[in-house]
Amino acid sequence: MPGYLLRLFGVAGLLLFAAPLAFAAGANDPWPGLVQDIFSNRPMNDGSDVIAIEMPTRAEDAAIVPVTLRTKLLPGDIRQVLSITLVIDENPAPMAAKFQLGPDAKVSEISTRVRVNNYTDVHAVAELSDGKLYMTKTYVKASGGCSAPAAKNADEAKGRLGQMRYRQFGKAGEGPASGAREAQIMIGHPNNSGLQMDQVTQLYVPAFFVNELRLWQDDNLVLTMEGGISISEDPNIRFTYVSNGAKRFRAEAKDTEGHVFEREWKIDDSGI
Amino acid sequence: MAHRALILSALTMLATATASLAQQQDLPVNSIADGVFVHNGQTAQMTRENDGAIANVGFIIGEDAVAVIDTGGSLREGRQLMAAIRARTGKPIRYVINTHGHPDHVFGNGAFVQDGTTFVGHTNLPRTLAARGKFYLDAFRRTMGDELIDEISIVPPTLFVSGTLNLDLGARALVLRAWPAAHSDCDLTVFDKKTGTLFAGDLVFLAHTPVLDGSIRGWLGAISELGALPAQRVVPGHGPVSEWPAALTDERRYLQTLASDVRGLVTSGKPIAAAATAASSERSRWELFDDFNTRNATAAFSEIEWE
Repeated sequence: MPGYLLRLFGVAGLLLFAAPLAFAAGANDPWPGLVQDIFSNRPMNDGSDVIAIEMPTRAEDAAIVPVTLRTKLLPGDIRQVLSITLVIDENPAPMAAKFQLGPDAKVSEISTRVRVNNYTDVHAVAELSDGKLYMTKTYVKASGGCSAPAAKNADEAKGRLGQMRYRQFGKAGEGPASGAREAQIMIGHPNNSGLQMDQVTQLYVPAFFVNELRLWQDDNLVLTMEGGISISEDPNIRFTYVSNGAKRFRAEAKDTEGHVFEREWKIDDSGI
Repeated sequence: MAHRALILSALTMLATATASLAQQQDLPVNSIADGVFVHNGQTAQMTRENDGAIANVGFIIGEDAVAVIDTGGSLREGRQLMAAIRARTGKPIRYVINTHGHPDHVFGNGAFVQDGTTFVGHTNLPRTLAARGKFYLDAFRRTMGDELIDEISIVPPTLFVSGTLNLDLGARALVLRAWPAAHSDCDLTVFDKKTGTLFAGDLVFLAHTPVLDGSIRGWLGAISELGALPAQRVVPGHGPVSEWPAALTDERRYLQTLASDVRGLVTSGKPIAAAATAASSERSRWELFDDFNTRNATAAFSEIEWE
């Protein structure tokens, strides 16, 4: 099992067997254990000037909770953000995603959607070029009603497997001259959590999810994501970056069953 | 002294009887047509105080047997529904039909598990219960408490419906129909031919803000087909028993407004976090709007952006 899978899923496995204890978890902050498991106990510095995390105060739809990560380094700061790790403490697989930012793409904002199972702290940890980790966090209340962190239309989710879409957005207040671009990649995938039990066999259905996504402008890396089962069905990444004048945008996604999905689009640079 | 002992023993008997009555109190039901009984759920979220009794549940009595349609939001409600049935007929309960997999409709199933009773559901219902059952028990423990939740077991169907299925209660035919993803992806309706009564489950909401947990486009499509059914009246999943098909008017308008507003947001490049503004023109027309509209808009956005 590759290292990232162990990290993404090993924690899920452990928590799965500890499920009866999950309710007492509120009194027992899982964060110190997660710092150990995910970040090898490296020191956490205050990240409030480095990174912002935005989520609604309540998970309205448990299966699709929007989250935005934004870098806050000032223009003169010589440090660069290398990666951002998103951790949903009380989820069955807390490590939701690790984003690595392309060295020249100046990614300043990443939005995606996650599943939220419980009342939980959500941590964003940025690793900077100074070799240190910077942490910020927010708190999300679980959804009410019959909302669940599961597929709404399981057949449709399967039917969309591997479809990929790319979209560019106009960036308000910034003309094309600044080079700032906002774009979105959508990947049709059930991103199945694997946490449901088959009632006949009494075995857990294997998880099936996108574990790797890479995005390039021409041959320059913009962004990569190591994803886990906390990322919502049909993984959707919206991000802001700086164009290098590339004419092509390329995406490659891999899932836990070894599928590789690749697609390339022409960049519309006509004046957004 | 014999006199005092008698009073004491009478008091003890009374106390015991009251306690067991509280346990097996009949769920209040209305007779809405010949042999058709409905408990009108409270328009609210499931809580400790309301025993989770927020959905409409009911039963139909044939010549030979009874069919139960949804069992309520707790085992306690299920037992009270059973008591309401037993207060009206001694005929066997042949079928327990679940209109879909949401907790307010299936948490009472355990009260009806016995030889001779078959649980009936959409062919997708077992998958839904497998994926969500444990999560629902954990989630509703927060609002309903240990006492109500501890005794609930998730009981999946053993008779599946895809397309349509006819059930016979003795001189009384029920037509069950499984729907493509709409309110949820396991919606089932029950039509009582004898009285023209349609149990629509959560394919139909009145008063209570509709809740989207399947497909908004599928639901709008289902509404068109539902409207053509030759029913006299509908028992919606939530809200009052109503005339058919007029009962669909508010829900259709809400879903059309939601889809159209969300489509506008997607087209103009807004992020999903902005979905909450959709259908705000509907706020004054529904109960529990702020509990469900943002969630509906988020779900609709994630579907419509793939158009």
